[in-house]
Amino acid sequence: MLDLTAIAPGFGDTTLESQAVFRRGLAALAQPGLLVECDDAPEPPPGVHPAANALLLALLDHDCRLWLSPSLNGAVAGYLRFHTGCVLVGAPQYADFALVARAAELPPLESFDGGSDEFPERGATVVVQLEALGGAGPWRLRGPGVRGEARLLAGGLGAEFLAQWSDNGAQFPRGVDLFLASGKRLCGLPRTTRIEA
Amino acid sequence: MQLAAPMFQDRERRQWMGLLSRAPLELLEAWAARQPPRAVIWLRKPETGLAMVRARAGGTGAQFNLGEMTVTRCALRIEGSGTGLAYVQGRSARKAEIAALADALLQGDARDATRRELLEPVRARLEARAARLHRDAQATKVEFFTLAREAGA
Repeated sequence: MLDLTAIAPGFGDTTLESQAVFRRGLAALAQPGLLVECDDAPEPPPGVHPAANALLLALLDHDCRLWLSPSLNGAVAGYLRFHTGCVLVGAPQYADFALVARAAELPPLESFDGGSDEFPERGATVVVQLEALGGAGPWRLRGPGVRGEARLLAGGLGAEFLAQWSDNGAQFPRGVDLFLASGKRLCGLPRTTRIEA
Repeated sequence: MQLAAPMFQDRERRQWMGLLSRAPLELLEAWAARQPPRAVIWLRKPETGLAMVRARAGGTGAQFNLGEMTVTRCALRIEGSGTGLAYVQGRSARKAEIAALADALLQGDARDATRRELLEPVRARLEARAARLHRDAQATKVEFFTLAREAGA
């Protein structure tokens, strides 16, 4: 049985707050490199950043399969299951959504479901928590939604990730979409975005 | 919304949650009006959805879906007491709220008072209603007899 004594409250006003966060998530995906702030995010369970937590609370429901990276403990699973009703899965390839505690725990992107050519929208959405996320960084983002180029600092994601990201983009229309989260800050990386370091 | 029925290992708690879910709102309100104001932390505000009621023919036959019923549920926490849950029939958010409050108090120090002031009147009311229904039904009872031939006669 779920231990309710340890579960923290979610959104104060489920409808309005989740809509507000959803709107920010849309903006982040529509303009890759745009840094979105989730200032009024609820207190997250230990190990989860407020922005990642708010985004998942807004996106997940009982039709969603969620994968949590290994260091996220049972308290996180209990919290998200209680508030959203999502289903937890044991391996990345079964997940519609994934929460990765830190860059080092991000499995190869190809281990996530990238959807099919007929249903590319079924590709997984992966939320990766980073220790640093900022505007003026070494990454140059290009692609739909970016005017010219956008600069991004994504602390912890290195050359190995960039090679995987390039492969992910090459599968278009299939592929996974990313949200980068750090503290209360959120940035979207849809599969169409090209990154040069 | 999908409602997952929580499995309460605690038999006693299951009983009082059953009582609270069937309690008339007026009894709950009368009790709630006498309660001192308490700081409530909402884990889940009251929300209404459908729950599938499943049954077995004769209690032992094959399981089937009897039908969907409207259920309102909520979860709250009271500092120093416990976490209260409620699943009540119908769409009354207020009923779910009071039932969850009572569930939380029944797990804490206020257990005996809550039992005395809320559960007992509710139980008495429900039993009286069940007895009345039983009596009314009994009044129209018809006994059928079959005169069987004695075996081996």
